[in-house]
Amino acid sequence: MQTRFPNRLLPYLLLAPSVLVVVVFFVIPAVQSIQLSLYRVSALGDRRIFVGLQNFTRLFADPDYLNSIVVTGWFSLIVVFAGLAFSLLVAVVANQRLRGFAFYRTLLIWPYAISPSIAGLIWALMLEPSFGMASHLLTSLTGITFNWRTSADHALIFIAIAATWKMLGYNIIFFLAGLRGLPTELLEAAEVDGAGSWRRFWRISFPLLSPTTFFLFIMNTLYAFFEGFGLVHITTSGGPGRATDLLVFKLYRDGFIGLNTGYASAQSVLLLIMVAVLTTLQFRYAGSKVFYQ
Amino acid sequence: MSQPAISHGERMPARHNRSPRWSWDSFRKRVFAPGVSHAVMIITVLLTLIPLIYAVLLATQVPEQYYQFPPRILPGSSLLDNSRYAWDIIHMDRLLLNTTIISLVVAIGKIFLSILAGFAFVYFEFPGKGWVFILILLTHMLPVPVRIVPTFELLDQMGWVDTYAGLTIPFLASATGTLLFRQLYQTIPPSLADAARMDGAGPMRFLWSIVMPLSRTNIAALFLVEFIYMWNQYLWPLIIANSDATRVVQIGLKQLVATDAAVDWHYLMAGTVISTLPPLIVLIVLQHSLLEGMSLYEEKS
Repeated sequence: MQTRFPNRLLPYLLLAPSVLVVVVFFVIPAVQSIQLSLYRVSALGDRRIFVGLQNFTRLFADPDYLNSIVVTGWFSLIVVFAGLAFSLLVAVVANQRLRGFAFYRTLLIWPYAISPSIAGLIWALMLEPSFGMASHLLTSLTGITFNWRTSADHALIFIAIAATWKMLGYNIIFFLAGLRGLPTELLEAAEVDGAGSWRRFWRISFPLLSPTTFFLFIMNTLYAFFEGFGLVHITTSGGPGRATDLLVFKLYRDGFIGLNTGYASAQSVLLLIMVAVLTTLQFRYAGSKVFYQ
Repeated sequence: MSQPAISHGERMPARHNRSPRWSWDSFRKRVFAPGVSHAVMIITVLLTLIPLIYAVLLATQVPEQYYQFPPRILPGSSLLDNSRYAWDIIHMDRLLLNTTIISLVVAIGKIFLSILAGFAFVYFEFPGKGWVFILILLTHMLPVPVRIVPTFELLDQMGWVDTYAGLTIPFLASATGTLLFRQLYQTIPPSLADAARMDGAGPMRFLWSIVMPLSRTNIAALFLVEFIYMWNQYLWPLIIANSDATRVVQIGLKQLVATDAAVDWHYLMAGTVISTLPPLIVLIVLQHSLLEGMSLYEEKS
C-alpha cells in the first residue's frame, strides 16, 4: 500500500483531462450510437425518424451484412488460428537459449511498426498476379494461378495473409516470453518420469501457457475485427464483388458513403456487443495487468 | 545450461529406449536441437523480412526491370527518381509533416495524461475512485468503429473537421498508459513518498522530481507504442481529415494506387518505404524499452 497524500481536490484535477476525453469522445458517442441505431434518416435527409429495432431486423435480412459476417468470420479465423498456431509452433521449436536470440527478436518485431494498410500494399505486391514474387513461387510450386483481383477466395486469402504476417513476430515474441516463464522443474521432473516431449508439451507446457495464449487470442481477434479496415480500403475496396467486405468496411460504406447513419449505428452497436464480451473475458481472466498492444 | 526438451517435441514423439551412454541424446541436446531452433528462427525472420526487402527492391527499379522474367533480384538505380516522383505527386512533405505532428501530439499527450491519472490512482484516496478507474478502462471497450457516427457528428458541430484538434484530441485518453503507470507506481517504495512528505514536499513536487525520473522506461515504451499506433491510424483520419492541409500519409498513399490503369509499383513502393521509415526508426531506437516491458510480462505470467 502506497503512502497517500491528504489532498481532496488534487486527485480530481489530475484525472480531469483523462475523464473529460473519455466522457466526451468515448462514452457519450457510444451511448449515442445506441440511440441513433433506433432511428433512420428521412428520405430528404433532413430529419431522423424513430424506427425502433427496425435497423437491426433489416440488418439480419440484408444479404450484404450476412456476407460481411461470413467474410469477417473467415478472415478472423485465419488471422487468429493460423496466426497463433504458426507462432506457437515457431516459438516451441525455437525455445532454446540460443546465441543470437536477441538479434532474431529485434528483426521479428519490425512489422509491428508497419500499418495494416502498408502490410496490404506490400503483400499486394508479393502476390501481384503478373510478376509478384510470391505468386510466381506459388505458380511454379503448385500450378495455381493466384489472382486476388479477380478471384473472391484468393482476395480473402490475400488480405488474411497480409494481416497475419504483420502480427507474426509480435505473437512469437509473446509465446517465447511465456515459454521461458514456465517452471523448468516441472518439465524436468516429467522428463525424468519418461514423459515424451509431445506429451510434456500438451500436458504441461500448453496448459501453463494458457494465459499467454488467451491474451494473444483476444488481441488477435480484436485486431482481425477492427484493424482490417485500412488494409481492405487501400487494396481491394471490399472486392472483388463483396469478397473482402469486412464488417467495419461495410459500416463505413453505409455510414459515410451511403450516409445511412441509423443503419451504420446499428452495426456499431453489434460490434460494441462483440467487443464488450471479449474485453470482459479478458479482464475476468487476465485481470488488469498491462499488456502492450 | 540444460533447457527442457519441449522445444523439439513436435518432431520426435515419445522415445522409450533412452540408453544413458549412447550419444544420440546429448547430440540431440547440444547440436541437433539448437540447429533446428536456429533454422526455424532464420526461416521465420526471412518470412518477416523478405516482403520488406522486396518492397525496397521495387522502389529502386523501373517497370522493364520488375516485369522481366526470370525476376531480377538486383536493385535498380532509380530509387531517387522514384522517390522524388512519389514525393512530388502526393505532396509527401505535407503528409509526413501532418502525420508527424499528430503522432507526436498524441504520444506525448497520452503519456502526460496517463502519468497524471496513474499518479492520482496510487497516491490519493478519494470518493468515486473505483468508478473513475472503470471509466478510463472503458476506452478499451470502445474502439473507433463502435462510436464513429456520433463522434464524427460531434466534431462536425465543433468545427473540428479537417483540423489537427479533430485528429488528435479524441485519442488522448489511454487505458493502457494509465494502467502501465499505475502498476509502476504501486511498486515504488512507500518510504520515498514518506520521506518527501516529511521534507515538506507537496505531491506535485514529489511527482516531478521523484516519480517522473523513475518512469523513464515506461515513458519510452509508451511513446513507442502510441507513436506507432497513431502513425498507422487509417479509419478516423479518412473521415475526419480529407483536405490537403490535414491529410495523413496512410491515406495519401492511396493516391499512388491507380484506380483503373495498372499500378505503378515502383512509385507506390517508393512512397510506401518512405512512409514506413519514421515509425520503424522509432521502433528500432526505442525497442529495448518495449522488450523490457515484455519481459515484465514474462515475469508475471
